[in-house]
Amino acid sequence: MTTKHAIAILVNDQPGVLQRVSGLFGRRGFNIESITVGQSEEQGLSRMVIVTEGDDQTLEQIEKQLYKLIDVIKVVNLSSKPMVSRELALIKVKAEPAERPEIKSLADTFRAAVVDIGTRNMMIQVVGDTEKVDALLELLKPYGIQELSRTGVTAMTRGNAL
Amino acid sequence: MKPEVITGSEILLRSLLLEGVECVFGYPGGAVLYIYDALYGFSDFRHLLTRHEQGAIHAADGYARASGKVGVCIATSGPGATNLVTGIATAYMDSVPLVVITGNVIQSLIGTDAFQEADITGITMPITKHSYLVRDAKELPRIIHEAFHIANSGRKGPVLIDIPKDVSAATTLFEPAKTMNLRGYNPTVAPNRLQLDKVAAAIQEASRPVILAGGGVVYSGGHEELLQFAETTEIPVTTTLLGLGGFPSGNRLWMGMPGMHGTYTANNAIQQSDLLICIGARFDDRVTGKLDGFAPKAKIVHIDIDPAEIGKNIHTDIPVVGDVKTVLEQLNKLVKRADQADSWRDQIQQWKAEKPFKYKDSNDSLKPQWVIEMLNETTHGEAIVTTDVGQHQMWAAQYYKFNQPRSLITSGGLGTMGFGFPSAIGAQMAHPDRLVISINGDGGMQMCSQELAICAINKIPVKIVVINNQVLGMVRQWQELIYDNRYSHIDLSGSPDFVKLAEAYGVKGLRATNKEDAQEVWREALETPGPVLVEFVVDKQENVYPMVPQGSTIDQMLMGDCE
Repeated sequence: MTTKHAIAILVNDQPGVLQRVSGLFGRRGFNIESITVGQSEEQGLSRMVIVTEGDDQTLEQIEKQLYKLIDVIKVVNLSSKPMVSRELALIKVKAEPAERPEIKSLADTFRAAVVDIGTRNMMIQVVGDTEKVDALLELLKPYGIQELSRTGVTAMTRGNAL
Repeated sequence: MKPEVITGSEILLRSLLLEGVECVFGYPGGAVLYIYDALYGFSDFRHLLTRHEQGAIHAADGYARASGKVGVCIATSGPGATNLVTGIATAYMDSVPLVVITGNVIQSLIGTDAFQEADITGITMPITKHSYLVRDAKELPRIIHEAFHIANSGRKGPVLIDIPKDVSAATTLFEPAKTMNLRGYNPTVAPNRLQLDKVAAAIQEASRPVILAGGGVVYSGGHEELLQFAETTEIPVTTTLLGLGGFPSGNRLWMGMPGMHGTYTANNAIQQSDLLICIGARFDDRVTGKLDGFAPKAKIVHIDIDPAEIGKNIHTDIPVVGDVKTVLEQLNKLVKRADQADSWRDQIQQWKAEKPFKYKDSNDSLKPQWVIEMLNETTHGEAIVTTDVGQHQMWAAQYYKFNQPRSLITSGGLGTMGFGFPSAIGAQMAHPDRLVISINGDGGMQMCSQELAICAINKIPVKIVVINNQVLGMVRQWQELIYDNRYSHIDLSGSPDFVKLAEAYGVKGLRATNKEDAQEVWREALETPGPVLVEFVVDKQENVYPMVPQGSTIDQMLMGDCE
């Protein structure tokens, strides 16, 4: 059965490591829905979070192929464990002065923040899981979305699970 | 060793020496001039100057396959580096340990499309086990030490080290590497004991067991353990193309090669097996044929050093991750004779007797199979044979009887034309006293024939065989059988006179067009010291049989002359 998975990959912070990982996905025919990279808790190591789609067999191959890369230290399938996943989106939405309170209250409901106001638009920052970001976007669409930038998912297991 | 300040190039050479390097194959150019300057008058290991970078890397590959050591190759930046790509991919597909050293433009020019700049680490990322772009000469000792370790451990493979010109020129304190920082690299060598118990139990339950052994047996040095495993359990063995020589071909349990041009016996045995023990092989599509119908009744055991191979193509019932030699050593303590397989053994002997490889011999023309049989008889199967790719490769695999590991050197995974001849040069460098025969077609010979110069100058006594059928034979065979005799662009007329070509380089050239001449010229070749090229002009129409058409299961063989 094809499902979405979030995979966390701890890698050496080396030039080209992103190319190694994304290249592996590309040439082996694995899909990347989103990819985020940044510092990890340890100096010299970065953590990537990749959201991908596939059945169990594909996921097993992804993990095994990733481990073949010398710069890959650890691969964790986050989706198989209780986890917290977040993404951030900046949404520039059309907003005539009269519409602003309405949009502001929508944002408040989602605990999103208004981070900029222009003469005819507003910028909303939302943080949450993918579904929450999707839901807010859906509600903002009727006003007219001028620009959208999403970060992709970063995630971590809950509590002591590794 | 007292620490001293030397150039990056000298650090490179000393580090190679510390890794036990005996010879390197290479070709100089602007970006590696400091390295070649350091090589001037350097005699602690040999440098062989080929005539093309492709020749250098295939030679390094042949050296590695023949010796079990790491092959080393040096090329300059840009076109020098990109000329290595085919050779790197060849080694990657067949898990051959190479350390490939390329030069690059100075660091401040990297990224500017400078003269002879190529992002060779980027280009080769999908076909190397790992790669390095060296930023500081201080890093060289560690990187070289790591590169050799990575290349020749776990699942072996090529490692590329790209050295910008300013790094090879820079001077720094040389301190040999003592440490490695490879946290993410820990190949599993020893297998899980519980899995081995499962294998032993499965053997006791099986009534139609088969061993499918591949290149991993040869690479791990596990051929004696495989022999013991087969003799203890009395399970019939089939060896893949890269596994040939990993099990003695004269052994009663041996069934020949499986797959597209495999034996009737091996293919039927796999298809009817109830237990298939795959050892150091990766279920390549040339072995499995149509995956859906492969070994449909078998419980699959897969022993491999690379966990990613397990379950990649074929669902595995009992996975065993580990070094083949180590796994077999431990397994041999647990297994007993497969007692339920007596009628199966009889069946296999019956197939072997009824359907051996066969061809229609002729006294009017030379048959390529006959030529290979003659090579086999005159050398008692004891030569190191390298092949190019195509029909002659399959005939060599079918009719030469390999009894020792590392005696067949051939491009299996990538199927690289041009590989056969230069790889023989490397094999001969690894074994100066053994007979090395390079079997080529007339097509592949023309892809790297310039290396005849290397044989002549260095008196490398390779016996170069050209099986000349004046066409791209394997392509012609497919066009005949699958493309309705539409022979599109396969005619190689206009090829050089191979005898004269050899002689132009100072290599003795001989030719035969009938059996009598063939025996005579071959005897002369064997008796002549130094390199000799022997051209056998053979029957143009000959096909390789059996053949499993692509998309069929492996028991759906076209038997042709084997009928």
